[in-house]
Amino acid sequence: MIHILDFGMGNLGSIYNMFRYLGISAIITDSREELRQAERIVLPGVGAFDEAMKRIQEKGFKELLDEKVLFSKRPVLGICLGMQLLTMGSEEGVIPGLGWISAKTKRFPKQNGLKIPHMGWNQVQHAKPHPLLNNLGEDTRFYFVHSYYVKVVDEADSLLKTDYGLTYDSAICHENIMGVQFHPEKSHKYGMQLLRNFATL
Amino acid sequence: MLQARIIPALLLKQQALVKTNKFGKPAYIGDPVNTVRIFNELEVDELVFLDIAATPTGRGPDFEILVTIADECFMPLAYGGGINSFEQAERIFKIGFEKVVINSALHSMPGLVGQISRVYGSQAVIASIDVRKNFWGKHEVWSHAGQYNHKLDPVSWAIEVEKMGAGEILLTSIDREGTWSGFDILLTKKVADAVGIPVIAHGGAGNTQHIREVITHAGASAVALGSLVVYQQKGMGVLVNFPEKESLKTSINKI
Repeated sequence: MIHILDFGMGNLGSIYNMFRYLGISAIITDSREELRQAERIVLPGVGAFDEAMKRIQEKGFKELLDEKVLFSKRPVLGICLGMQLLTMGSEEGVIPGLGWISAKTKRFPKQNGLKIPHMGWNQVQHAKPHPLLNNLGEDTRFYFVHSYYVKVVDEADSLLKTDYGLTYDSAICHENIMGVQFHPEKSHKYGMQLLRNFATL
Repeated sequence: MLQARIIPALLLKQQALVKTNKFGKPAYIGDPVNTVRIFNELEVDELVFLDIAATPTGRGPDFEILVTIADECFMPLAYGGGINSFEQAERIFKIGFEKVVINSALHSMPGLVGQISRVYGSQAVIASIDVRKNFWGKHEVWSHAGQYNHKLDPVSWAIEVEKMGAGEILLTSIDREGTWSGFDILLTKKVADAVGIPVIAHGGAGNTQHIREVITHAGASAVALGSLVVYQQKGMGVLVNFPEKESLKTSINKI
């Protein structure tokens, strides 16, 4: 059973819909009791970094998440802002991130002719082999929409790379902690493959 | 590399999909939910739904239909038609749409775009600008489904809406719409050159060459397609389709 965390920010319905379409058990939850039972967790997110961290703290999720993820080693997948929350912090805000992966979230600089946010379908390159990337071949593309990007400190944590002017980490992974910058729930068959992989890790 | 987006733009009128010609003569195309299912199969990049009857009849969005559409869709969705309040936009996002398209309200409620983009991000708001040439061939901005002429220059208006906080512009040539004769390259280029946000060219696509043209020569970041995706060919019957990936490849790889 996959628990999709509801802290009021993010397109939870679409993520839930895709799991449902794939026949994978999922539940949207904002309850600490339910979260305590979680086997796998999805951390969604659309919006501002500080606002998200504030809500996670205020709803009392932080300690429980630290325990589930760092101690019980439950698989967790951060999506879009959810992935950025896994890092130490973001240039978008002042509140520290969850700090589960040594990485920084930075704002895209002005680059010749490139609009911000990075919005649209783009390709990804595998940085290392991993079961989360099973059956995602060369023609794989995902839907991106973000103004901030992540850079890992340790290259071993980089899972996928994408070019948008500069090259950045579009997916990261450290043991049971995973994050994807793109929106699998909006990337039809490619997103479905990724979520299917997450559910069967 | 980032690919230019190719977006079917579907027109809703009283719960049915229709297709117009220069914003007139709506012809029945089919049921919205079935059409969405087909586009899902065809793996299109993104979909835009525009309710062309909402503002003219003075009503807001038909939320019921939007729920059924969102439940079927695994790609980014945008909705426009009769949006003139923050609450309506909020509800549309909750249903599962990524973006709202605002047209008439840009004129009647200039603060709305900023209000929505401050909470949801500018990428969640597409400013829709409809343009018609006047008797002397000068481009002018119209609203209310092509019924009201603001006599504004599209370039200055585009700069205005960018300032309001819109993340993108959907630029529609009313004169070209439904004609299969190609996009208004000059208009698109003028607007794309004047703003920093992406411009989606709309109105007139008849083949993939037109798509290539407006992206490479006019600086469009994306194109919205109407007739090309709902009709078999010009003058022929309804067939929901999407140009072959291969034929689009050369058109859409940018940078």
